[in-house]
Amino acid sequence: MSEPILSCRGLTKRFPGVVALDGVDFFARPGEVHALMGENGAGKSTLIKALTGVHPRDAGEAVLAGKSIHPRSPREAEAAGISTVYQEVNLIPDLSVAENICLGRQETTLGFIRWGAIRERASAALARLGVAVDVDKTLSDCSIAIQQLVAIARATDISARVLILDEPTSSLDDSEVEELFTVVRRLRDEGWAIIFVSHFLDQVYALADRITVLRNGKLVGEFLAAELPRLQLVAHMMGRSINEVEALQHREPPARPAGEPLVSVRGFGRRASVRPLDLEVRRGEVLGLAGLLGSGRTEVARLLFGLDRADSGEMHVEGKPAAMRSPQASLRARFALTPEDRKSQAILPNLTVRENLIIALQARRGIWRKIPRQEQDRLVSQFTRALGIKTSSPEQLIRNLSGGNQQKVILARWLATEPRLLLLDEPTRGIDVGAQADIERLLAKLRDEGLAIIFICADTAELARNSQRIAVMRDRAKVAELTGADLNEQAIMRAIAHGDASHPSS
Amino acid sequence: MWIDLVFWAGFAGLLWVNRSRPVFWPLLALGLLLLFNRFTTPGFFDLEIRDGRLYGSLVDVINQGSKVMLLALGMTLVIATGGVDLSVGAIMAIAGAVLAQVVGVAHLSVTVAIVAALAAGLLAGAWNGLLVAGLRIQPIVATLILMVAGRGIAQLITDGQIINFEQPALVFLGNGSLFGLPFTLTLVLAMFIFTALLVRGTALGLFIEAVGDNETASHFTGLSAQRVKFLVYVFAGFCAGLAGLVAASNIKSADANHAGLYLELDAILAVVVGGTALTGGRFQLAGSLVGALLIQTLSTTLYARNVSADIAPVPKAIVILAVCLLQSPVLRGKIARLGRFLPKTKGGAA
Ligand SMILES: Nc1ncnc2c1ncn2[C@@H]1O[C@H](COP(=O)(O)OP(=O)(O)OP(=O)(O)O)[C@@H](O)[C@H]1O
Ligand SMILES: [Mg+2]
Repeated sequence: MSEPILSCRGLTKRFPGVVALDGVDFFARPGEVHALMGENGAGKSTLIKALTGVHPRDAGEAVLAGKSIHPRSPREAEAAGISTVYQEVNLIPDLSVAENICLGRQETTLGFIRWGAIRERASAALARLGVAVDVDKTLSDCSIAIQQLVAIARATDISARVLILDEPTSSLDDSEVEELFTVVRRLRDEGWAIIFVSHFLDQVYALADRITVLRNGKLVGEFLAAELPRLQLVAHMMGRSINEVEALQHREPPARPAGEPLVSVRGFGRRASVRPLDLEVRRGEVLGLAGLLGSGRTEVARLLFGLDRADSGEMHVEGKPAAMRSPQASLRARFALTPEDRKSQAILPNLTVRENLIIALQARRGIWRKIPRQEQDRLVSQFTRALGIKTSSPEQLIRNLSGGNQQKVILARWLATEPRLLLLDEPTRGIDVGAQADIERLLAKLRDEGLAIIFICADTAELARNSQRIAVMRDRAKVAELTGADLNEQAIMRAIAHGDASHPSS
Repeated sequence: MWIDLVFWAGFAGLLWVNRSRPVFWPLLALGLLLLFNRFTTPGFFDLEIRDGRLYGSLVDVINQGSKVMLLALGMTLVIATGGVDLSVGAIMAIAGAVLAQVVGVAHLSVTVAIVAALAAGLLAGAWNGLLVAGLRIQPIVATLILMVAGRGIAQLITDGQIINFEQPALVFLGNGSLFGLPFTLTLVLAMFIFTALLVRGTALGLFIEAVGDNETASHFTGLSAQRVKFLVYVFAGFCAGLAGLVAASNIKSADANHAGLYLELDAILAVVVGGTALTGGRFQLAGSLVGALLIQTLSTTLYARNVSADIAPVPKAIVILAVCLLQSPVLRGKIARLGRFLPKTKGGAA
């Protein structure tokens, strides 16, 4: 075991109404991956931001390679040797991949930017990660996964010694995660100290040598990954006993309800987006949508919700022909969609938690029928309790909430509209295991009360345990539908790979 | 004098009540400017009652500033959606031309003339709204069209003539007084209350802020961003029509070339100084009014001190810069780190 290259002692950070970090000690050692774990709002991102100069820290010291450091901005932190990919990726969508990687570090001759050098440097940085992207492509044309990898390429393009990754994998599929881990392991073997935040326990155990757990801004402890059983880790994070945690994980498989479909589509598709497909979902049923990133899952949700218009096929709602021409029409039909990209598609960053929560319901009621303030407050307190949203006040700006808590507010926004059909695109992204269990339980309850749910999720285990049926997508087409005994991870994987659950060889 | 005392105590109270609101900074700047005038500009605070109405520099500020205040109300909502309306000055000219044409040439009643002028404002706003919301043209470009063409349209309406009018009701609009105070003050206050009720009594204000804050996300929640945008341009057009009435009434005629010239810039400044960010999102209606008053007080101050009109923009720019700097979170963070004495502003004015 080597000496820490980075030691933090007594890190403290207060925000109005919360102590986000309370005297936390943290150490990073060269050649090690150190996972930072904790529930939503435990203070993981705050620790990283206090360390890298995004937030000034209220107390505590950080020592890097024997020198005390006081970065006042991420750039100063980079210069000192700490490179970071933040939870909310901060790249510039309108610039090219190459420009994003080299921004602020351009090579110039007499003040002129040397574009050739920039392209080469960006290509090299991406090649190190084994990522093949055209560096001249505009970033917003790349998938979120690629954007994430570009951010990592940017972070590793400088000669730093500490690399921090705050939930880097939350938008990646399995193979991309594996790709990323290969890169991280290589960097680790080159002697980087790597700090890694994730809510995926599998990934943490696959990658981390050491685990530090935070709870409510306080340090719970530092553990060797090999010596910390999973259940114990979860128990530490949640502050509950192991028995309680075990009870949480137990769940009986739901059976498919009888009845007419609430929504059914035939030959439903859109050119260059989704090939014509048939789908139906009943009241009280969860239909899972499986598939790799880019397989068309999100596009199906967009079509059903009227964000894109179908150019073939027909849709029936409760047996009557219907067409969703816009999100407004979907809202009136009591459809709801929590989108995949929280930051750009869901969050109204400078509005309060209350405003973010009631906005969809208010949109359905229209401009003139304002929801009375009392009713707003009642909704907010009802949902903060039901979903365990951690916020210092309902009037807090939503951008000041931790990522997972923002996600819960978005879910609450749609539940408040009392939908008939709920489309969930990666709803548990960035949500901690405890909250995930809470949300799964809440959704199960709503399902039993007659809500129809279409559930998109990259995590096949999560998909299998929550769905009564699973439609598998590949190359923008529906390739299989799984029911009954086939609702397990292996069958899903097989269907994704081969397009059919029962014949692995075909 | 006791009136002096009451005034300053009242102002201090206003500052205290608003100490943690974004409107604090423009209000403070206004207070400082008034205080400066109190001690260095002779006669600035003198008030005189003649024929049952008040006269003095302060009254001038309100009367002269009323047009920018009216414009600023509409401009605030437009800017909050992330847009801007460059055409309001030209719409003023159109509304004035319609007014003068209807009473001066067509000889119709004053009521008809006022309704026609306001309708012209609404129509012009609807045109802007159509370009921005319907055709998705960038607001600067879309409203530039009417800004450039508007004065020509006004010329066409009046056939290139300067039309004078004498109807007492119309003259009263921009020059009369009610309860000893300029009638324009009543007009501005009524319009302010109407606007506040319109945006806060309904969900319109929330929708405007949502669209300005994140248009994509608003679309995903089933909000019609285009409808909201259309409405704010129509409203800005209406405000400009009203300001055009006042401007025409001030000079008892329609002057297509000079009515409301450059006032769109003052209105934008008033909104920004008042604490609404040009990037859209949260807006400060009261802040915009204070911003307009601040700008007008500056102009009147410079005029009262005989600063030539050619260099007057320089001190004006300096004061505005100072207010904007005071609102900058970066600078305030730096100062706060030094002193920790500045009050924290809620709602993040930038
Ligand atoms: N700028 C801010 N202003 C006020 N409160 C804040 C701010 N940033 C974070 N907080 C609060 O600090 C606490 C810790 O947040 P942090 O983002 O560090 O959580 P996290 O552990 O990263 O959670 P997640 O897993 O959801 O990302 C939360 O209660 C959050 O609401
Ligand atoms: Mg976080």
